[in-house]
Amino acid sequence: MSDLVADKLNMEFAMPSGGAVHALKDVSFTLKQGQLLSVLGPSGCGKTTLLNIIAGFLRPTGGKITLGDHEINGPGVDRGMVFQQGALFEWLTVANNVNFGLRMKNADKAETAKKVEEWLDIVGLQGFGDTPTYQLSGGMQQRVALARCLINDPDLILMDEPLGALDALTREKMQSLVVKIWKETGKTIMIITHSVEEALLLGERLFVMAPRPGRLHKQYELPFAEQGLNADPRDIKHDERYVETREEILTMIWDMEEEIMGKAEAA
Amino acid sequence: MVVGIIFIALIAAFVWSIMYGRKVVRTEVTDAVFGNPARALGGWHWVVTGVSTILLMWFLFSWDAGRAFFPRAGNELCQVAKLNRTINPVRSAFPLDGRLLLGTQLLQRDYLQINLLREQLKNTEFNDADRAELEAIVEELHDTLAAQASSELVDPAIAGQFEDIATRIKKLAADMAVEGYPGPIDEAEHAKALAQPGWGKSSVELPSMPITDRGRKFDAASLVMDEIAKDYTVIKNTSPELIARLEALQVRYKNFVVDTSGDAKVVTKRNELLKQIEKIYKRIDDGRIFPPVVTEVVEEALVILDKEQKSQQGTLRYINALALPGGEVIAGNKACSEQGSGRWLPKPSDTLFTFVRMADPDVGYKGVSLLWYKMKPISEMVGFLVPDWVAALIPGEYPRHDDSGEISSNFKSKAYNFATGNYNSPALPIPTGHIWDSIVRVLTGLFLGIVLGVPLGIFMGLSRFAKGYFDPLIELYRPVPPLAWAPLVLTIFGIQDDGKIFLLFMVAFAIMVISARTGATGTQLSKIHAAHSLGATRKQIIRRVILPNSLPEILTGIRIAIGVCWGTLVAAEMLAGTTGIGFVENVARKQSDYEIIWMTIILLGLLGLLFDLMMRWVISRSIPWRGKG
Repeated sequence: MSDLVADKLNMEFAMPSGGAVHALKDVSFTLKQGQLLSVLGPSGCGKTTLLNIIAGFLRPTGGKITLGDHEINGPGVDRGMVFQQGALFEWLTVANNVNFGLRMKNADKAETAKKVEEWLDIVGLQGFGDTPTYQLSGGMQQRVALARCLINDPDLILMDEPLGALDALTREKMQSLVVKIWKETGKTIMIITHSVEEALLLGERLFVMAPRPGRLHKQYELPFAEQGLNADPRDIKHDERYVETREEILTMIWDMEEEIMGKAEAA
Repeated sequence: MVVGIIFIALIAAFVWSIMYGRKVVRTEVTDAVFGNPARALGGWHWVVTGVSTILLMWFLFSWDAGRAFFPRAGNELCQVAKLNRTINPVRSAFPLDGRLLLGTQLLQRDYLQINLLREQLKNTEFNDADRAELEAIVEELHDTLAAQASSELVDPAIAGQFEDIATRIKKLAADMAVEGYPGPIDEAEHAKALAQPGWGKSSVELPSMPITDRGRKFDAASLVMDEIAKDYTVIKNTSPELIARLEALQVRYKNFVVDTSGDAKVVTKRNELLKQIEKIYKRIDDGRIFPPVVTEVVEEALVILDKEQKSQQGTLRYINALALPGGEVIAGNKACSEQGSGRWLPKPSDTLFTFVRMADPDVGYKGVSLLWYKMKPISEMVGFLVPDWVAALIPGEYPRHDDSGEISSNFKSKAYNFATGNYNSPALPIPTGHIWDSIVRVLTGLFLGIVLGVPLGIFMGLSRFAKGYFDPLIELYRPVPPLAWAPLVLTIFGIQDDGKIFLLFMVAFAIMVISARTGATGTQLSKIHAAHSLGATRKQIIRRVILPNSLPEILTGIRIAIGVCWGTLVAAEMLAGTTGIGFVENVARKQSDYEIIWMTIILLGLLGLLFDLMMRWVISRSIPWRGKG
């Protein structure tokens, strides 16, 4: 089993002016294989730092993090990333973006082409293989990014506000797509988001993080992602428990923001 | 003929495009907002207007249009210039062109000198007797000078000479007014005149022998006027009384003995004062000052002649002002030439003709064609691939000649010949010539700059060490204007291709390093992160992500570098070398060959434009995503 286990992660950034910012403090959690985790929190609570540590772009200053049976120490193909702006290679076509990872491994060309077709099909981009990516809309670009990440068959998919830059309608469609892919592939997924609704709809588990120092504030186990597979997301949004949890989290984050503002003013 | 048609067509295009432009403005009711950038789109008819304005100006001010429409005007103006040239010695003595009368001017100058002399005398040490004598001499100088202007003292014979000159000038004016002056055509002379090379057809710009009747009139008049002017210039104000006074004055200052006692410096000053007196004395002795009443008859006659010759010029004056603007024809000792814009702005037709003539590979410039090909054996081209010292490694000795003077060859000598490319092989056509040499230098320098500059730039964009280590090196030599390096580089690497290519390499290298570095540092971190997560190695990230991501900056860098290299090359070729467009221009400059100078300027402009258009095409084809990400 390749579970993600974080054990007392600490991250301190040295400031140029001296002193240090405690971005993460004693963050410990276990994410079981196949779980979908969404992470919420106000700005500066260390969400992205946590994600970058898991991806291997940052080394924690304390603690240990393991995926499966090996410790994470640098980026690797077992963890795929999807970014807010897609981070597509605009000099390549859609197909060449999607097969980038396989090309880097010098995989068999015919097989790669077949896989690309399959994945473009899954994300709903049939026939767009030869289109340059700069001609695509934002939603389509995120679909390419998703396919590019999934074709590598990673154990864990990390998404950093993947739907933040999309319009409301496209966003809903993409949310269903993420849930669909999660259920069909059984991948472990970790999504960072700013939107409470999105976090509730997508997350099987939900972490709310608090800032200064960045830490896990509260955890939830939620049924809505499971329901979303069959039910209309609009119905879920009227579900009593959904509304209740949403208000609770919103108040929580609101208070944290207030506290930060107060601290800033006091200083 | 052709020039005339082109000129009229250009005027037509100019007028038509302006009218079309006005019509379009009237009909464009939907585009009513001033400041809307969409207004600046299109409008090729204004391009036609702009281009025809430039060409019309060129045709007009180079006198190409004037020559096409009035082919004989140049010859006639040459005759007029001859007359003006011969009148000038007389004319310049009178206040006809806003000058002072010559005598007045001379008096003014000499009085000023005498005043200075008085000052000098005051400030120089003399004993009382000497000072009194010198003061008297200076005053006498002044009085003698003034006496020249007196009409009472002037010799009646001199006045008679002026009368004579005036009569002759008036006679000339009257002669010119007569139809048929100077008499029947001398057929032999006329045939010779017609056989002269045409306007601009030889190194003599304008044919100087008169062709038309009007021309013959002015030519003949100039000969008469020349005689009059010669007689005029020798007249001297020499009345017996003036001569007597001058001689007495000369005796007085010659007899003055300079007191050599006292300080050496003072003695030198005294001697200088004496020399000054002699100088002014000699000027007065020239006798160029006359009473105005005596000379004014000549002035009156000149006005009559002026009027007459202007009326005889007739339409020629308008042609000169309108069709041959910005300059005039002047006559030299033997030939006539264009002055002003007609001289330094070569005629378009002549420039084209020069270009066509030089484009012939057998003519070329300084023994090198502009752009042609030559057959070059393959052995010479690949010779550099095998270094010469390879032959030296082969054991044995090179053959020596024997008693009969025969030289046999052995394996070692054959290997040497192979290494140096000295063997028979088929030849391939290779481009050659001034233009080709310039292009090859630019492209070689640029190529080396790209091949070495881009990797270093990317390295500097990725590594703290490389950035810190190489930055001072590049930032120290880059701000120096490339031409400031030229003398040093050309001395070290030679004035042939090596030096110039190295200079261009320096230019291109700095630009490419900086643009590649900018491109590399501008790569979005998320793209690098994505590539890492997709399993790319360091090499793959550089090759597949950073390099393509820097391509817009690199291509823009190449576009800038090609322009700067082109400019630097021409200047470097002017400094030294024996081929290249800059070399051609520099030699043409030394010979004041304006046609070739303009030809090279146009050629350089067109080639630079061609390079830039090529780069724009490459940019639009290779980085279509730019600005759309």
